[in-house]
Parts: sequence; structure tokens; C-alpha cells
Amino acid sequence: MNGYNFAYLDEQTKRMIRRALLKAVAIPGHQVPFGSREMPLPYGWGTGGIQVTASILGRADVLKVIDQGADDTTNAVSIRRFFARTAGVATTTRTAEASVIQTRHRIPEVPLREDQIIVYQVPQPEPLSKLEPSRAETRRMHALAEYGLMHVKLYEDIARVGAVTISYDYPVMVNGRHLMSPSPIPAFDTPKMDGMAALQLFGAGREKRIYAIPPYTAVRPLDFEDHPFRLTRAPHACALCGAGDSYLDEVVTDDRGGRMFVCSDTDFCAARQPAGAA
Amino acid sequence: MTLDRPGFADPAADAQSCFRAVLDAMSRPGTVVAAGAGLCSPAPLDPATAAVLLTLVDADTPLWLDPAASAAADWVAFHCGAPQAESIKAAAFACALAMPALSGLHPGTDLAPEASATLILQVPAMGRGTPFRLSGPGLRAPAMLRLEGLPDNFAAQWAANHALYPCGVDVVLCAGEQLCALPRSVRTEET
Ligand SMILES: [Zn+2]
Repeated sequence: MNGYNFAYLDEQTKRMIRRALLKAVAIPGHQVPFGSREMPLPYGWGTGGIQVTASILGRADVLKVIDQGADDTTNAVSIRRFFARTAGVATTTRTAEASVIQTRHRIPEVPLREDQIIVYQVPQPEPLSKLEPSRAETRRMHALAEYGLMHVKLYEDIARVGAVTISYDYPVMVNGRHLMSPSPIPAFDTPKMDGMAALQLFGAGREKRIYAIPPYTAVRPLDFEDHPFRLTRAPHACALCGAGDSYLDEVVTDDRGGRMFVCSDTDFCAARQPAGAA
Repeated sequence: MTLDRPGFADPAADAQSCFRAVLDAMSRPGTVVAAGAGLCSPAPLDPATAAVLLTLVDADTPLWLDPAASAAADWVAFHCGAPQAESIKAAAFACALAMPALSGLHPGTDLAPEASATLILQVPAMGRGTPFRLSGPGLRAPAMLRLEGLPDNFAAQWAANHALYPCGVDVVLCAGEQLCALPRSVRTEET
């Protein structure tokens, strides 16, 4: 680790991020500004999540990194190597073995435990950004818990097509107070956030925001009594492990248009297959 | 003089470990965790109290230090480098041996509730004294926490602090080599 600070960031930067994390935990779902640093990876590679992970990680941690559910994408492999090199931590692909899980756009299928922390990479932390471009105005809306604009947007969907059409990054109310972006996870994963035993941390590098959901906190998808939030999932079983309850990716299998549905969570899928079959 | 007492033996690792203890405590209100083990803290600060200061306080965070802890002022100034807050209201962190009025600390603002102060309160011991029932984020079911050395009107002060939510003060309670936390989001009831 010669030539590096532990986990890359200097101690002063870690203190600043740690203070922001504690405030974020004390105000579930509220976006806390922080002085995001340049990281040796481009924006879009999860620099916010990386800074959060770097600020919490210790030598005893075991780190798992997933990108859309997979441990073996370039992005996930690069981040895992980065922390193995700068913090000397052990890494794993097994959800159950990890103490810290950094994720882009998925929550593992296996329920997380109290002794685990999940860190989400967030491109756009502001759930109202598409409806109200002004940062000052969205801050005011959060201060007043004035979320009528989002209700109107969802209701327009219902009036037009009979249902809410949001399939990713479905807006949620946290602790009954703050409207929050769950990051671009599929709506399928949203219910996993509600009452989760693990601490959930969110880092947005470009937008310089950190937020959090403590364990066992109420996280409710924004919906209407007559149009409640409904889980959607491709109506198939996984072609590799047969799971009928996991989130599926549709993958092209050949150049003649052949397709199949497989678990997005590669660790979950591999663990369900007979040894040697994968 | 207390300057001869060192700070963390292994600054990066010890600060990380103390931070995780505080993060854990803040995430699970009332849970008592270990912090500051082995730290040779300056009297009258306990190891947990001193460790939290080393972990969170620096040149960017004005600190109010209880005059009753003035014997440790040099050590804190040397190891944390925090500017002395002009008043307790101006402090990002207040470190106290007896609880100051919570309403005297900065609760943050509607637009920036995170601009609030954090109180690091050293108490005589953990797990003794008046029982409080805690509920809120971080707790699957209400939890019981016994606290000693708090003012008689603590429950009323905390209710007023919680009523400011999302503004309000967060408290880290330290005793010996242990700490627990009360984030503003938690409700307390005397039982
Ligand atoms: Zn599968």
C-alpha cells in the first residue's frame, strides 16, 4: 500500500464524509451535501459510492461489488481491485460473506443482515430533478415536505395508461418524511428497502450528495390508495437455476435472435445451480 | 499539561474503527458499542469521549469544550486542531461532562437540517440509571436504554428536540470505553 492513503482518501476528507454520513443517518432520506473529491475513476463509475465505501472501510471488512447484479463486469472488477489495492481488504462475490456491499442498480436477492452495510452508487440523488430543475426550489420542497408535484406526475401516468409507468428509480417516502431516490434499481427491488436489517448508504459523486436509510426504517413507494404500488417481474423462470422469484435479465444467446431470461444476481443464481453446472 | 499524551496509535485504523462504532450507534439508537479501547485519554475525558473527538472533530468544525474539561483543552487543541466556538450555539460539536440545555445548541435550519450541532456527552456509566424507551428509525422494536447523569428534565428536553425534526441535535453518549447515540429521529419515553 506504499504511496497511498488507506482506502485512497486522506484522513481529513474521510472525516468530512464521515460527518456527512452521521447526519444522513440521523435524518433518513435527507440529502446531505459533501465536498466530493476527484477520484481516479471517471464519473459514472460510482465515484460517490466509492467515496462512501472508502470512508467506512476497515481492514477487517470483506467487500463485495456488484454492477446490475453481476460481480464480473469491468466496473465491479475495477472497484473491487481498487479497494483490494488501496485498503488491502478481502473481497468476495458471495453476498452472505460480505460486510460491505457496494452496488450499482441492484439489491441482492438474499436478504441482508444487521451486520452488513450496502452502499449504493447514485447518478442523480434528487427525486424531483425531472419535475423541477432548480436545486434551490427542490431543497425548499424537501424542507416543507411539499411533494404534490410528484403525486401529480404519478397521477398523470395513471390517467394516461392506467398505471404508474416508472420501472426504475421509483420514488419512495422514507420515515414518512423525505421523498428519496432509491437510485436506478428496478422497482422490483424497492420493497427490499423497507425495514431492511442492514444500514443503507447512498453516494452521488457528481451531484455531491450523501444520504442514508438506517436499519428497520419505513420506506414506502409513493402510490395511491386506488392504485397501489405493484411488483412487476418478467413472467419467466431463470433459464439457469429455475428461480421463479428473482429479478431477471433478458440476454441474447446467439446471432439468430435467440434469447433467454436469467437471474440478474449472478451470485444468487450460481449458488442455486448444482455444483459444476455453472 | 496533557500534551505528552498521544492521540491514536494508528491514526487511520483507529479513526476508522471509532467511526464505525459511532455509525453503528447512530444507526441503532441506544445500542452500546465499544470505542476508544487502549487510548490514553487526557483527564477528565474518558477514552471513548477522546476517541470520538479525534475521529470527527478537526479544523473545519468549531468546538465548544465544557469548561469543566479545560484540563484536556491543550490535548484537544493539539490533536484535533479545532477552532474554539465563540459560543455553544456556534459550535459544530459540543463536548460536555454535564448536559447543556439542548435548546442552546444549533438545531440546523429548514433548508439545511444537517447544519445542526452534535453533542458529545460524557456520562458516568452506561446501562445504569433512569430507563428510557426508545423508538424510531434503526429500531425494529422499541428498545430500553438506561441513562445516568442526565438532567431531571431530560425527557422533556429530548421531546422538544425531536419535535424540531428534521432539525435537531444528535447526541453521542460516552462512558469509559463505550458509547451509544441518540439521533434526533428517535423518540424517548421515560418508563
Ligand atoms: Zn438463476
